[in-house]
Amino acid sequence: MNKPVTPQEFDYGPLYAAQKKVYPQKVSGRYRNVKWALMAVCLGIYYLLPFVRWNRGPGAPDQAVLVDLPNSRFYFFFIELWPQEVYFFTGLLILAALTLFLMNAIGGRVWCGYLCPQTVWTDLFFAVERLIEGDRRERMKKEAEGLTLQRVVELTMKHSIWLLIAWWTGGAWVLYFNDAPTLVRELVTFQAPALAYIWIAILTATTYTLAGWMREQVCLYMCPWPRIQAALTDEWALNVTYKTDRGEQRTSLKKAAELRALGQPAGDCIDCYQCVNVCPVGIDIRNGLQMDCIQCGLCIDACDGVMSKIGRPTRLIGYDTDINIARRKADKSEIYRIIRPRTVAYAGMIVAVGAVMLYALLNRSLLDINVLHDRNPVAVRLSDGSIRNAYTVRLLNKRGAGRVVTLDVNGPVNATVHVVGMDAVSSGRPEIVLGRDQTTELRVLVTAPAAGNSEKSIPLVMRVTDAAHGDMASATDHFVAP
Amino acid sequence: MSDHEGEFDKATGKTTTGHSWDGIKELNTPLPRWWVMTFYLTIVWAIGYWVVYPSWPLVQSYATGVIGYSSRADVAVDLANLEKIRGGKMAVLGAAPLAEIEKDPALLALGRARGRVVFGDNCAPCHGTGAAGAKGFPNLNDDDWLWGGTLEQIEKTIQFGARSAHAESHEGSMLAFGRDGMLKKPEIETVANYVRSLSGLPTAKGYDANAGQKLFADNCASCHGDAGKGNPDMGAPNLTDNIWLYGSDEATIVETITNGRNGVMPAWIGRLDPATIKALTIYVHSLGGGQ
Repeated sequence: MNKPVTPQEFDYGPLYAAQKKVYPQKVSGRYRNVKWALMAVCLGIYYLLPFVRWNRGPGAPDQAVLVDLPNSRFYFFFIELWPQEVYFFTGLLILAALTLFLMNAIGGRVWCGYLCPQTVWTDLFFAVERLIEGDRRERMKKEAEGLTLQRVVELTMKHSIWLLIAWWTGGAWVLYFNDAPTLVRELVTFQAPALAYIWIAILTATTYTLAGWMREQVCLYMCPWPRIQAALTDEWALNVTYKTDRGEQRTSLKKAAELRALGQPAGDCIDCYQCVNVCPVGIDIRNGLQMDCIQCGLCIDACDGVMSKIGRPTRLIGYDTDINIARRKADKSEIYRIIRPRTVAYAGMIVAVGAVMLYALLNRSLLDINVLHDRNPVAVRLSDGSIRNAYTVRLLNKRGAGRVVTLDVNGPVNATVHVVGMDAVSSGRPEIVLGRDQTTELRVLVTAPAAGNSEKSIPLVMRVTDAAHGDMASATDHFVAP
Repeated sequence: MSDHEGEFDKATGKTTTGHSWDGIKELNTPLPRWWVMTFYLTIVWAIGYWVVYPSWPLVQSYATGVIGYSSRADVAVDLANLEKIRGGKMAVLGAAPLAEIEKDPALLALGRARGRVVFGDNCAPCHGTGAAGAKGFPNLNDDDWLWGGTLEQIEKTIQFGARSAHAESHEGSMLAFGRDGMLKKPEIETVANYVRSLSGLPTAKGYDANAGQKLFADNCASCHGDAGKGNPDMGAPNLTDNIWLYGSDEATIVETITNGRNGVMPAWIGRLDPATIKALTIYVHSLGGGQ
């Protein structure tokens, strides 16, 4: 494993490199437990969230998280977003990126090791493989022995369970885009739209391929984050580190005991390869920090187990920095700098962006108006000499119920306002009926006598008021003479 | 591939490819097998694509592909489906009386939306995209109508046109008083100034208002009315509202009286189905000038 290659062994120039088969060994310990717990949380949220209900009143969908593409609405518990509010997603993406940077500055590739879907699903697939085919040694042995009847049965079982998980993954995905209980009923009775089946098939295929076959290849060749991460990290970030100051020189357990008895230094690493055997990427952490390492911490668990057994202190491999290795070698105390300008800046930006988004969300108007002045013609002179301007007005009612608003126009003197198709008037102002959760487009005609409105362009304000709910929205435009 | 062999590089533990540029050698970093296989697969896929779909240009035509796919046929299917989708809603609009459509917000929105599109396709070349009109083509946003501005009158004008070839077309023409010798040049200038005065526009120096009024009463009032208010039954414009189809300057009015005006609006019945004409009527009426 990762021994330096001697020239004689090296064959000259293969066109491609075969995937090195990795047989991760079972391991238990603190980081393994953390990974199990996070896997349960992540998968639990993913599979069950579509079934959570949230009452939004009559006529509105009661699914807590729903991407309603036909009606272009996004629902997230108490939040309902319209397409023009897509900037909330931009903000969310910025927050996600900053959180990734912060995690990286504090604990290296926390995302890769514990939370990334590729890691979570691959981990689950590994668990299935171990359950059916046995642990590392058994798997390697079985694979070397070739096909037997038992092997065929095992492989069939493994791939069936993998496909089942993959299929369930695709199935959960489509539930986010439709009322989940209804869609489940339609899916099992084969009444669901073809698109739902197609998406399930696509996600079944990607999950099965990526988690079952591609595994670490995704992280090594397909994912950009390892490269970006390497450029973003610094010397203070805690990474899964083999503490060379304690481990070297590697030697056997027996020889180490002899050396120590003589009062000579001996490394703690007994070259047992447990850290390599449990690695889901198939690397040797003792070669130092490397791009291939997803920093899942399983080698820490493996090494701790060995160290406890041989009666040496644990954490020969642990979250540490090269700085501390150097300091310990120089007999200085260790330093950990979690709080440093970089982490403070990231945390500050997260708080700032989060606060801006929260403010925007809490002050989100449920009534909005857009005004578009007619361009052709800009203005019309009527037979009595008065001037008329026409506007296309869009009223957005984001409330979950219908309402009646009145329209005020301020601008030209002695103007009259007419909304095409809406004849109702309330104290001199046109009354407009708005349906629940929708946009209403109106044609508004503003007519004013030429007398007193001699300017070429008069500023104009259109204001809609919902007195019953205390909502108001306004927009500005101009009243133009021909 | 180069002739000379690669060599082992101690620093990286890899071999070089054997390529060398000014002494700089290239390390051999092999691609993963799955990547190479995927690449070959795309080539196989492309060849399959050539066979199945239209691809290669030939001398006379092109290779149509074994399944005979055509994006043109796809469009035809889409258009047929669109007609099917519209059929329901447009049928409701077609069955509803014009006055009812304007009172029903949903039908009004449908009529305006459909009308706007049809207007852009059929009417905009003369009337302009926003129906602002041009010289000889009326502005449909104002309240000055040659053939009447009620819903029924607008629908009739769209259906049969004005001075069109259709039997039920609006008829009525502005005579060529000068060319046909009914009025002499000075008389035409006098009556032109009288017409300008009807809209409150300034008149030429030395213009005889009484003569103008008499000439107007004798020659023009039969169509335009005694007061010059016009007559939508004959398409005779209102001359008192300062809204002009061809222009308000004296020379233009003199030209109008001398040679007459007979602008044509084609009949749309037969070209557009009745429901579409209804939608168009609603759209034009809702522009603002409808009566």
